[in-house]
Amino acid sequence: MTERVRDAGYDDFVDSLEDGAGYYLQCAEGHGSLPPRRVCPHCGDRDLTERALPETGEVVAHTVVHVPTPRFIDDAPYITAVVDFGEVQLTGQVVDVEPDSMTDGISVSPSVSRTETNDDRLIVFESR
Amino acid sequence: MDSVRIAGVGLTHFGEHPERTSRDLFAEAGLAALDDAGIDPDDVASVFYGNFMGELAEHQGHMGPLAAEALGIDAPATRYESACASSGVAVREAVKNVRSGESDVVLVGGAERMNNLETAETTESLAIAADDLYEVRAGMTFPGAYGLMADAYFEEYGGGREDLAHIAVKNHANAVDNPYAQFRYEIDIEDALDSPPVAEPLHLYDACPITDGAAALVVVSEKYAKDHDLDAAVAVTGTGQGSDKMALQDRTTMTETPAAADAAEEAFTEAGIDADDVGLAEVHDCFTIAEVLALEALGLFDPGEGIGAARRGDTLPDGDVPVNLSGGLKAKGHPVGATGAAQVVEMTRLLRGEHHNSEYVEDATVGVTHNAGGTVASTVVHVLEVAE
Repeated sequence: MTERVRDAGYDDFVDSLEDGAGYYLQCAEGHGSLPPRRVCPHCGDRDLTERALPETGEVVAHTVVHVPTPRFIDDAPYITAVVDFGEVQLTGQVVDVEPDSMTDGISVSPSVSRTETNDDRLIVFESR
Repeated sequence: MDSVRIAGVGLTHFGEHPERTSRDLFAEAGLAALDDAGIDPDDVASVFYGNFMGELAEHQGHMGPLAAEALGIDAPATRYESACASSGVAVREAVKNVRSGESDVVLVGGAERMNNLETAETTESLAIAADDLYEVRAGMTFPGAYGLMADAYFEEYGGGREDLAHIAVKNHANAVDNPYAQFRYEIDIEDALDSPPVAEPLHLYDACPITDGAAALVVVSEKYAKDHDLDAAVAVTGTGQGSDKMALQDRTTMTETPAAADAAEEAFTEAGIDADDVGLAEVHDCFTIAEVLALEALGLFDPGEGIGAARRGDTLPDGDVPVNLSGGLKAKGHPVGATGAAQVVEMTRLLRGEHHNSEYVEDATVGVTHNAGGTVASTVVHVLEVAE
């Protein structure tokens, strides 16, 4: 693959997660969101401050994907989950739980790994 | 406010037609709609066209003029794209255009060609309706997104795969006699439960098929219909649209679809109806769980009650509110950019009494269509009524 141009904000966020220093954006009203943002998507506030992403979150929903897109063809089946960190939620793959024993409500920590298929960067979660 | 009338409708067969271009599919549906209306094509003031993935499937952008040209119409033509709600949005713009007095006659519809791609390529193409940065790069497919919503719904309200199977069984049965439908065969609960997993908890029979097809309508002002002595008994009396955050992770809940609730409130208010007045509905069942979320957003069932509607029989043809008498996206098929218009076409045929399932709704005068894009980040709702 050719080197792709970075997506400012998003790739900075993934870098920070990879370095163990994940963050999110918080507006004056306390709403959380993820970059790139110029306004809070929940209330339109333009006063956004970086806050540390909590080290653990709770899985609020998951699915086991058996039919992937081409860029995940060698990764399937895999667990995609939405994880709640309090003010913000994040989507990624749970990598250390067998699909059959996966349940909502477990605590996980976010990090960054690589896909099997294309070695693309991937947000992942590991159980705590 | 003068009502907006549906003067003509047209559909292609929904199914696997990989060799047919979208322009040819739309020509078939559009010409059928013009013939059904019995109007002079020179009277068409605008063409509104819905399509989602033409760039990826056919290497074709700028499809508005192409759609008009395919019908032999020389008029301003515009493409609308709102994922799976593309032609629902186009219909809404046509209704607003006619209602405003800007035009007397608008031809509106949509088309999609999908089966010329491999399944994995189609999955990739559909995934672009989700948030690329935070969802697609995490491996979220469209079945995966609805798998997450189904998981969250089961967690909050209970219910399970067998409840969803009843929806699939119902919609397959409804499509058996529909000549336009892709799947014209019945399935049973075991077929659905035993089918292979796609994005758990959703399995193959929870998902709509990959479909090629087109739909079109001729929308006219009430005055034009009278002046030209048209047989246009069905009116669009309400239209509404809502939006939500693109990514599921940015919503406060995955078990409700506020974009659809907002669209329904706007459309119902315009029409002067409430949910109790709805005699039948065509809703966006791209996955079985989507039908559940639609029924609750429309106010036809309370939160947590939609999951059991098909199992209890409430939404069967002889139930209180028949849902997806066409077969729905699940069995009629889902040519993405054509679906919103196709729902309005099927509802028109049902209310006119000329549909294979019209016998179940002979006394109904109010029908509702619900067309959702993405994971219901866009929704369009229309109210159709028998005006005379």
